[in-house]
Amino acid sequence: MKKERVNISRREFLINTTTVGAGFTLGLYLPLSSSVARAAEQTTSAPTEVNAWVVIEPDDTVIIRIARSEMGQGTLTGLAQLVAEELECDWSRVKTEYPTPGQSLARDRIWGSFATGGSQGIRGSHQYVRKGAAVAREMLIEAAAESWGVPKGECSVSASVITHKPTGRTTTYGKVAAAAAEMIPPFEVELKDPKDWKIIGKPVKRLDTVDKLNGKQVFGTDLQLPGMLNAAIKACPVFGGKLATFDAAKARKMPGVRAVVSVEDNAVAVVADTWWQAKTALDALPVTWNKGPNAKLSSASIAKMLDEGLTAKKAFVGNKAGEAKKALKGAVKMVEATYAYPYQNHATMEPMNATALWSKDRCEVWCPTQNGEAALDATAKAAGLPASKCEVYKIHLGGGFGRRGAFHDFVTQAVAIAKQMPGTPIKLLWTREEDMQHGHYHPITKARMVGGLDDKGDLVGLHMRISGQSILAAVNPKWMQNGVDMFTFQGLLPDGDHAISYTVPNLLVEHAMRNPPVPPGFWRGVNINQNAVYMESFMDELAHAAGKDPLEFRRKLMTKHPKSLAVLNAVAEKAGWGKPAAKGVHRGLAVCKAFASHVAACAEVSVDDSGTLKIHRIVAATDPGHAVNPQQIEAQVEGSFVFGLSALLYGECTIKGGSVEQQNFHNYPSMLISEMPKVDVIVMPSGGFWGGIGEPTIAVAAPAVLNAIFAATGKRIREFPLKNADLRSA
Amino acid sequence: MAKLNINGKSVDVDVDASTPLLWVLREQLGLTGTKYSCGIGICGSCTVHIDGKAVRSCIIPLSSLSAKQQITTIEGLSTDGRHPLQQAWQELDVPQCGYCQPGMIMSAAALLKDKPNPSDADIDASVTNICRCGTYNRVRRGIHLAVDISKRGRS
Repeated sequence: MKKERVNISRREFLINTTTVGAGFTLGLYLPLSSSVARAAEQTTSAPTEVNAWVVIEPDDTVIIRIARSEMGQGTLTGLAQLVAEELECDWSRVKTEYPTPGQSLARDRIWGSFATGGSQGIRGSHQYVRKGAAVAREMLIEAAAESWGVPKGECSVSASVITHKPTGRTTTYGKVAAAAAEMIPPFEVELKDPKDWKIIGKPVKRLDTVDKLNGKQVFGTDLQLPGMLNAAIKACPVFGGKLATFDAAKARKMPGVRAVVSVEDNAVAVVADTWWQAKTALDALPVTWNKGPNAKLSSASIAKMLDEGLTAKKAFVGNKAGEAKKALKGAVKMVEATYAYPYQNHATMEPMNATALWSKDRCEVWCPTQNGEAALDATAKAAGLPASKCEVYKIHLGGGFGRRGAFHDFVTQAVAIAKQMPGTPIKLLWTREEDMQHGHYHPITKARMVGGLDDKGDLVGLHMRISGQSILAAVNPKWMQNGVDMFTFQGLLPDGDHAISYTVPNLLVEHAMRNPPVPPGFWRGVNINQNAVYMESFMDELAHAAGKDPLEFRRKLMTKHPKSLAVLNAVAEKAGWGKPAAKGVHRGLAVCKAFASHVAACAEVSVDDSGTLKIHRIVAATDPGHAVNPQQIEAQVEGSFVFGLSALLYGECTIKGGSVEQQNFHNYPSMLISEMPKVDVIVMPSGGFWGGIGEPTIAVAAPAVLNAIFAATGKRIREFPLKNADLRSA
Repeated sequence: MAKLNINGKSVDVDVDASTPLLWVLREQLGLTGTKYSCGIGICGSCTVHIDGKAVRSCIIPLSSLSAKQQITTIEGLSTDGRHPLQQAWQELDVPQCGYCQPGMIMSAAALLKDKPNPSDADIDASVTNICRCGTYNRVRRGIHLAVDISKRGRS
């Protein structure tokens, strides 16, 4: 059976992706897989697109298309595992490539969402990518069966080799791919039972390692295009401020400088032969700003705004069970505490950058992005062209952490500059200082926690009032529900991916939205970072107030949350909770459900007489339902602790005069290898659901350490980061 | 015009003498494996070797360099990508995003030159590169594994 060919041909795809508007071919410079460049040379034996997800070369190399972005989290390999599993191809011959957002647009979003955030890469696309692969497999088998004139049911496949069982005849995917592409896709395919998985669940090596070891991996900052110029930029350091004046006379005469241009209404850029020349000239450029309405904004004024929200009459309700306020009135013992969590910068190692080439009828952008489609939207908008006349080429990210998903300010700027220099590719690279001061920061909040215990020391009521910033209000108000930002309640909700891990008889969780004019953003872990600190620290406070063991106190509230309880028990057992630790070492626990995964941690710390903290070990458990690549899960858990503990120890952006005070890693430090604890990772997939990996465990690192600090010192730290705290014993 | 010795080759560079080595490598010589991240000598993404010692190339002006110094970048660490650290890194899948890894590997390589069998304390003292993805524990294991690989190679 043959189908009418509706897909764009592979050949056409190649031509489109290797030709740019200015009419010259950039094939050699494109950051696409080498297979594309090679295929462009092989006109006679071009690879075949079997379907949107699977391209097969005559030599049996399988190229798997990955719509989500690789930024270190391993999704590229994980998604390829999902496809390879159903495709029954030879894993050792698998390569990957990114389809472009422009092609996605032209093909009615055949690859689904490009968004790479919210720990969604695998769990948000496992169904359709596996289905796409299964469809391709059936088409390949059918092509082989047809060529042999045998019933398809007599054929089997393994590792890209199709066998006609009765005769033992074999062929390979590479040989039948062209014929397979002409087959009508099966209407329905059955996905494998997880017990039959051979590639999913295995600790296979990443597909993107080798080039990262020898300098060959091209990041956005490394891109080279013929005739390309480089741009450095400075935007008004005050949030909401505008560019007033600049005097380009001197800068224009400096070596290599080609242009000094204003960018939108709030920035100025220097374009030069090299970036260093551009940056040097920009540093010498006299600029004045209209600071605008936020010139007096400070950390103190923001704190005041949040403090008011802690006791304000009105607040949104995120979770309510029973009558918390009434129960608290009847409690034998009350515990109260107020916590605060600061602004933090993503600080990706690769600063923001994008390369743009604009002409009056086409605009192309090369950039590291967590969302190719959003980058295309930003490109089209800035270019003043329809999206169909624009294209975005994705490049592996030098870190994302949420900074490069919802925000493409760097793309908008690059296009705005390129638009002033038609036909010339412009690579815009931010300095670290620009990156630090023009972030979309981890939102600032405070929380007032009030808990009540009865005469047995059991928790009878809990009232949690969060006051502070909503990400959605600033970024995507359409996702709000009647003005409520439900994301604010991550880890605290009655049910779902971010359900609270406890059953509290009388519970009230509220959010008084207070939005200071500092742009907030999704920041790896998003709102579970502070919510888990608040909830898990306070659970510890309650347990101690009740004179109970923090593990036993939690367990009693978790009988209806067996999967969360299981991860908590797992870390407690492995860490030896209840048994003596090494001399001077103390333990702390935390548990959370986030991004549909159940996670827990037990931290072991010591604090010496001078107040110096050492984190010795963290035992972490994750139940993500299905574990696609256990060794990458381990890497993500370890990595999430570096991110979470860097935030706990050092992460703080303070505001003065409407600007972020921090400029670089000297005053926005990140933890180093010398501070890194041993991490014991327990991966315990219980099956039946798909949970996220990149973010959930970040939430339990900080509270587990904080609770261990309390065990060590008797000090309860409620404001962060710890660099500001005196940890000497109380 | 300045003369430099990069990865065993003599090269001529015609650029302002105040230009940092990092940007000479990246923009004059096309050696983009060495990364820009902080520009103030803290994060270590720009780490290269000068006469075998690890340095932060973002704060070393061209004017301070001479043709007598042997400068090695990630591209010149090995001819075949099989330096023991590169093998170990591959075996353990050390990189995540990978942006800091050339600098991380160059720091580790200088350490191994100095101390062929470093202790954890030696690693803590010498490898001061920032990795935001959080590869530290695999970096540590990778350095120890590279020691084993070197020993195997010699036996």
